[in-house]
Amino acid sequence: MNKQVKFVVIIAAIVVTLAWMGVSGVEQSATYYVTIEELFAMDDAAAKRIRVGGDVAVGSIVRSAGDVRFTITQQDETMPQPKALDVVYTGDDPLPDTFRDRAQALCDGRLRADGKFEAKKIQAKCASKYEAQPGQEAAPVYESAPATASD
Amino acid sequence: MENLGYLAVLLGFLVSVYAVVAALAGRLRNNAFLEVSAQRAVLSAWLLVTAASGILLYAILTDDFRLSYVASRSNADLDLIYKFAAWWGGQEGSLLFWSWIAATYTFVAVHTGRKRHRNMISYVTAIMAGTQAFFLGLVAFAANPFAVIMSGPQITAMPDGNGLNPLLQHPMMAIHPPMLYLGYVGFTVPFAFAMASLITRQPGERWIHTTRIWTMVTWLFQGIGILLGARWAYVVLGWGGYWGWDPVENASLLPWITGTAFLHSVMMQEKKGMMKIWNIVLISATFFLCIFGTMMTRGGLVSSVHAFAESEIGIYFVWYLLLAIGITTYLILSRLDYLQSEAELDSVVSRESSFLFNNVILLASCFAVLWGTLFPVISEYVSGDKITVGAPFFNKVNVPIGLFLLFLTGVGPLFAWRRTSTESLRRNFQWPALASAALGAALFAAGIRHFYALVCFTLCAFVAITIAVEFYRGARVIQAGRGLAFVPAVLDLTHRNTRRYGGYLVHMAIVLMFIGFAGAAFNLVQQQELAVGDSLAVGNYEFTLTGVTEADNANYYSAVARVDVAKNGDFLQTMLPERRFYHASEQPTSRVDVRYRLREDVYVVYAGQSNDGKNPIVQVYINPLVNWIWIGAFLLVFGTLVALVPNKVRRSPVRARAAGAAAPKEESVAATNV
Repeated sequence: MNKQVKFVVIIAAIVVTLAWMGVSGVEQSATYYVTIEELFAMDDAAAKRIRVGGDVAVGSIVRSAGDVRFTITQQDETMPQPKALDVVYTGDDPLPDTFRDRAQALCDGRLRADGKFEAKKIQAKCASKYEAQPGQEAAPVYESAPATASD
Repeated sequence: MENLGYLAVLLGFLVSVYAVVAALAGRLRNNAFLEVSAQRAVLSAWLLVTAASGILLYAILTDDFRLSYVASRSNADLDLIYKFAAWWGGQEGSLLFWSWIAATYTFVAVHTGRKRHRNMISYVTAIMAGTQAFFLGLVAFAANPFAVIMSGPQITAMPDGNGLNPLLQHPMMAIHPPMLYLGYVGFTVPFAFAMASLITRQPGERWIHTTRIWTMVTWLFQGIGILLGARWAYVVLGWGGYWGWDPVENASLLPWITGTAFLHSVMMQEKKGMMKIWNIVLISATFFLCIFGTMMTRGGLVSSVHAFAESEIGIYFVWYLLLAIGITTYLILSRLDYLQSEAELDSVVSRESSFLFNNVILLASCFAVLWGTLFPVISEYVSGDKITVGAPFFNKVNVPIGLFLLFLTGVGPLFAWRRTSTESLRRNFQWPALASAALGAALFAAGIRHFYALVCFTLCAFVAITIAVEFYRGARVIQAGRGLAFVPAVLDLTHRNTRRYGGYLVHMAIVLMFIGFAGAAFNLVQQQELAVGDSLAVGNYEFTLTGVTEADNANYYSAVARVDVAKNGDFLQTMLPERRFYHASEQPTSRVDVRYRLREDVYVVYAGQSNDGKNPIVQVYINPLVNWIWIGAFLLVFGTLVALVPNKVRRSPVRARAAGAAAPKEESVAATNV
């Protein structure tokens, strides 16, 4: 075989193999990243892996033996009233340290038929204390806490 | 004070811009005075940025909470070392820190290279000062760390600062960002030299030597930064792992991958005059990926747990990148004749082709990581849906890539240039292949069925043996020639060709790290709510909760679980995972307790409280072989340092073109005979 052909064949084989693995990897882990509003607008939300973000409503966290239930909300100027989503966390891991009232929570899971969101994994980062101080001109800063509970 | 700091930044910016203009004008008009003045400007810019940094540090150290930056990133009771860390702990400060490192690199690169590279140093000056000016411009006009807190027309001071995130209050976190920055910023130097050589059509290899040394130094910093980050994640974050394919982690890995590719393929250019375009593209891509990584860390392009400084400055980076990529592309296209290859590939089984495959595969990995990281952005653009991909994607692609690379690590250095004879293949690989296959079979017989892990261990053995044989054979030749004992002979051998043998040490480090990575296939994890007296069994281990100790101090409330660990029924030790609740930041954190062993780590986390609040939830990870990663990391640093030591005997820089067919063994013999 001509040596150029050999190189082309080998490199093509490598690239095709990796591309194939990449595609199957995407299929295994593709997650739709949406806001609550977008989640409600999705047609076939129940069929997809979804990550939805929102702020944990104050006082909504109820911890019980099998699961943790809470509500996340989304609000901005365009909305007359905040959108709210009830979340049931059934994952195995304890919730991250940063998961508290008013924290920004990212919930990975699926939308159930009853309209509640069943999360297997929660990530949370809490808004910084400083941000709430009056008279500050800088853009809001979020102190991140890289805390993740994964299943 | 803050006004002086801002003034210094502003002047630093202007002086850097002047350095660009003066260097270019001086070069183009052949005006040596202007060229020298540009080099002096580089020094002044460094002094100015140093002064600005000093003023910011002074404000942090003296708790000047009138400054918005200080109030948001520090507090009065913060330990001294973490007050230093507050310099780069937030957006504005970290950009100033970036600029300071850039100014330092520019100063060092220009003043060490100005004699050696007289005819191209002005372009190096212009490129580096230009990058530095970009970052100083950001500090001056978009992210001023010297901004004061205003309420109405009044400057107000906060009573105390926000403090540094407790998770970041860890010694490793204090040095991880500077190391990573030294890497990110440092790649500007090889890029500048490569571009300057392209502009001036440098003949010869002198610039390659300079570029390669700088790339190695930067690559080392970047590698240390990445590994420290992984180590920090492991000992602090409490999820039992060290790498999560988070966008910001990926961003730091990308230039390191292309840098690795460059360090290999540049040998093709030095020895054979091949792959010139490719090398220029690689080193440029590395630089662009550094800028891209810096942007990712703060641009808010992709959501990340690291997004410590989301803001609107990302757009400036996009423009800067587009401009830089445009100029680079133009330069390459307009100088294709200069980049013509002097030889072509002869055979699939040769040193050249192993470098080629090494590059293809590294680039594939880089592309896959970049693709996965940007997947949300791409999918949103294409279909309107923001879709993220997680660890399964990255692992699926990168594990086979890693194994193939490991294989190349073993065979590549022993292939001869041009083509390798069957006889040389047999001589070099017969015994390593047989021995490692035997090891693989033994592991299979011992019950290991995980396919990738089996392949990985077998390859690790193969590569380790080939490297050991290389040292052994080389040392034997020296022993015979100079009558040295074996160990001095090994040292002498290494000293004669530090680049080659340092490279082998780095390869060996990679082997050790792969052993650690493969260990993850056998990780165990279990968690359970434990009342006092309850036990949890994981693998051969049993964990019994014997009590919880609570304490409270000014800084935090703490609960320490006492967990007795037994293996196969024998008591080993009591482990003390802790949970803290910090009063100032109102943040709880877990502090893991780890029993480090070469065979496996036992990693115990006080993960949380049961939902009814009564009992602790204890989480246990058994992580086999993970310590080999950190051992490999030390060897990686050592090997790179060895490779940076100048050779004992300088070999003539004549290209190996004439003696191209020399087998590696003969080459090492030749090295010893110089």
